Formats: sequence, C-alpha cells, structure tokens
Amino acid sequence: MTVTATFARDFPTERDSGCPFDPPAEYTELRAQEGTASLACPVGVEARVVSRYADVRAMLGDPNLSSHAAPSTHVVAGGLLDRPVAPGSLLNMDGPGHARLRRLLTPEFTVKRIQAMRPYIQGLVDDHLDALLARTGPVDLVRDFALPIPSLVICELLGVDYADRDRFQEQTAVLIGTNSDPAALEQANLEVVGFMTQLVLTKLAAPGDDLLGRLIVRARESGQELSVEELVTLGITLLIAGHETTANMIGLSTLALLRQPDQLAALRADPGLAGTAVDEMLRYLSIVQFGVLRQATGDVTIGDETIKAGEWLVAALSAGNRDESVFPDPDRIDLKREATAHLAFGYGIHQCLGQQLARVELQEVFARLHQRIPTLRLAVPFEDIEFKNDALVYGVRALPVTWDGENR
Amino acid sequence: MKVRIDVDACVGAGQCVLAAPDVFDQRDEDGMVVLLLEDPPSHLEAATEHAALLCPALAIVVDR
Ligand code: HEM
Ligand code: SF4
Repeated sequence: MTVTATFARDFPTERDSGCPFDPPAEYTELRAQEGTASLACPVGVEARVVSRYADVRAMLGDPNLSSHAAPSTHVVAGGLLDRPVAPGSLLNMDGPGHARLRRLLTPEFTVKRIQAMRPYIQGLVDDHLDALLARTGPVDLVRDFALPIPSLVICELLGVDYADRDRFQEQTAVLIGTNSDPAALEQANLEVVGFMTQLVLTKLAAPGDDLLGRLIVRARESGQELSVEELVTLGITLLIAGHETTANMIGLSTLALLRQPDQLAALRADPGLAGTAVDEMLRYLSIVQFGVLRQATGDVTIGDETIKAGEWLVAALSAGNRDESVFPDPDRIDLKREATAHLAFGYGIHQCLGQQLARVELQEVFARLHQRIPTLRLAVPFEDIEFKNDALVYGVRALPVTWDGENR
Repeated sequence: MKVRIDVDACVGAGQCVLAAPDVFDQRDEDGMVVLLLEDPPSHLEAATEHAALLCPALAIVVDR
C-alpha cells in the first residue's frame, strides 16, 4: 500500500532560473497546469496562486474579492492578515468606500493633468543629469538619480515647500532604502508621519493649488470632508506607492538595458521608442514581484474552478506578464512590443492610480539618460550587483555606473 | 461600430485616453471617462477596441 501525503508546495519566492530578471521558474510550470495551484505562503496560510494572464485579469476584476490585507502580505513570515484597515488606506479598501475615495483622488491623476507635469519632470531629469555629468564616475545611479527624481515629483505633487524638500528627500530615502538599519528606519518613519501631519494641517488651514489643497476643497464641497488621519494616510500612501516603485524601475531597467546592448542602441538611436519601451520594461520586470493578495468574500470563478468565500488568492503579476499566449517570446525584451495590456500596474478597481505619472517619469528618464550619457556602463562586474530578492518591490540596492569623461 | 461606457464602473485609470484619445477623454472634475465619439470612424476602430481591452474596469463596451 502506498500512502501519499499531499502537502501543499511552497509559494515560489526564489529567482532560480539563473537570470535575475526572470521570475521563479516554477511559474512556467504553474501556467501550464489546469486551474489554480494551492500553495503554502510564508505568512502561514495556503493561497490559490493564479498565474495565467487571462486568469489574473478575471481574478482582479471580480467584485467578490477583498483587499483588506496589504498587497504582498502572503510573503511576510509573521505578517498580519487581519490588521484593521486604517481610514484613508486606499489600497486596502473595498467596494463603495474605496470607490468614493478613489474618485476624490482621480482628477489629480488624469492623463491631461499628468501631461501638464511633463515639462517639470523633464527639467528635473535634466538637472540631475547635469549634476551627474559635472562629476566623473563612478556614481551610484540609485542614490543620485533613481531615488531623488520620484521623491521630488511627489513633493511637487503634494505641494511640499521648496525649503523642506531636502529634508523630506533625506527621510524618504532612509525609509525606502533597504540598507537602512531598523532604528534609523523607525526614526525616519516617525519623521515622515510627523512631516506629513504638519503638511496636512497647513493645507487644511489654507488649501493651496496642489494635490492636497484641491483634494481638501473637493471633499468639502461634495460633503465628504476627509479627516486629518485620512489625509495623512493618503499622503503616505502616495509617497510610498509612487516613490519606491518608480525608483526601482529606473535602477532595474537601466541595468537590464545595459545587459541588452542591441535594445539599448535602438533606444539611444530613437528616443521616441521610450513610449513603448516603458510598458515593455514594466511587463518584463514586474517589480511588484510577489504579486497581490486578496481574500474571497463570496464565490469567485476562475476558469472552471470555484473559489469559496474566505479563501486567499494571489495574483502572480510577474507570471501573467510572461504568459506566452499573450506576449510571444515573453522572456525577451522587445522595446517595440505593444505591451500596454501588461499586469505590472495590477488590474481591476485597484489598478495603479499613479500609472500615468509613472509612465511620464520613466519615459523622460528612458529618453534622456542614454542620449545624454551614451557611454553609460557598469562600474563593477555584473555579478557584484545586489538585487532586492526579499523586498516586496524588486530592484537593485545600488547601481555603480561610469562613463567616458568627454561625453556631455 | 457603437461604443458604450459605464461611468459607474470606471476607475479613472486613463488607459482608454492613452489608447484612443480621439474617442475617450476624462472629466476634469472627477477623472471619470467621457465618450467623445459614440460611432468612431473606421480608422479609429482598432484603437477603440484596444481601449476596451485595456480598461481595468470593463467599463467600455464595443458593439460591431
Ligand atoms: C513603476 C511604478 C509603479 C508600479 C509598478 C506600481 C504598481 C502598482 C500596483 C501593482 C498597484 C495595485 C495594487 C493592488 O492591486 O493591490 C498599484 C496601486 C496604486 N499605485 Fe502604483 N505603481 C507605480 C507607481 C505609482 C505612482 C507614481 C503612484 C502615485 C504617485 C502610485 C500610486 C498608487 C496608488 C495610490 C495605488 C492604489 C490604488 C487603489 O487601491 O485604488 N503608483 N500600483
Ligand atoms: S480605461 Fe476604463 S477605467 Fe480607465 S478611464 Fe477609461 S473607462 Fe475609466
């Protein structure tokens, strides 16, 4: 007699294909199987992992899913799945409450509004490139380029005074940098919350023509006044969601392109390629690397399967983005690929609110960095680059680069 | 081609405006979708269908 023990397999977290840009090899196998896979997650529950492109969209479009647990809690050992949702925490809200808050914020992120920020962003990118070119390499492109640009964009968006921007940037760099020690992190966290509270109180007293000011007025006028707590949580959400993601995309995509000289040469020759290039790199890198967690609140249908209320589901964004039935030759970077339907910004009602802003920031970086520094190259062997294998948002810890001095 | 939108479902992601700016816009006051052309000319049909495919809220329905 044979006894078969059916232990759930573990949720894959190791990038074991040999290429640091490829997701765990097991995703290929999961996509090939029928239905979803029930896998054991580090947080201590089993979750149905959804890995095919069409299934990820079906899942994230289903109204019977709750976002109450933070997006990647499943990979956090000892993480809290049932923490009460803080008022104003858009990412963790469901249903009408989520819709109400999202609609108050959306006018700030329309295509038109973000296009109007493009000249500011262009200037910011150029200023940082000027500063780099005034030096001689090597420099850490993460610290001196990838981190400050999105941080300053958030300052502009939220209406942080110019005088306070250096301080704000230092604190957020500690908060987001993975090299920070726990005590410094705790301190920076307190400071950022304090800073945001001060900012919110100032804007409440005299709402100006900036995101927070307009949001306060819009909420008041529609009889949905937001509390200080909600506004602070929203401010911090925008800061974290918009800063860390964009910074990691800048660092990681620069490295990936430096490893693909033919693609990089095409981009350098035609900066107009930046438009499609940004979506292709978002698809290829899928930096929200462990996907997003949901809990079923009613029956959810994925393919032929019915998932019952209470069950946990993970939308493996990086797996769906390498689905060969949608993206032929998915493991290859093709900057001309029309990849806008990728899943890197999620799908459904929580699809990234800041996606147009992220696109414009990345487009300006892609179009300018390699034009202005055509000889940009790694200053250390590729093997020495440290990847953020255990961070919820994938990236590189540092990117030492250099260039030929005479290129301006 | 006939296009319908469901403003109640829209989450203002702006995908449609990027994909087919002649057919879709977003309202200034709340960022929700506005249909500019109910019956887009043939040269905009492909872009319109692409917008419907991209919409994360399935708020765009295209009838041929
Ligand atoms: C490359 C850059 C970015 C990536 C890859 C990214 C990715 C994502 C993903 C995957 C989600 C969905 C999470 C879920 O379904 O649980 C999301 C939501 C969100 N993102 Fe982004 N994001 C980026 C940039 C930004 C920027 C620049 C901002 C704003 C300044 C922003 C603000 C938000 C907000 C507010 C949400 C929550 C939306 C909601 O819950 O309705 N993101 N983002
Ligand atoms: S793509 Fe869909 S959700 Fe986004 S603005 Fe257009 S209709 Fe609304």
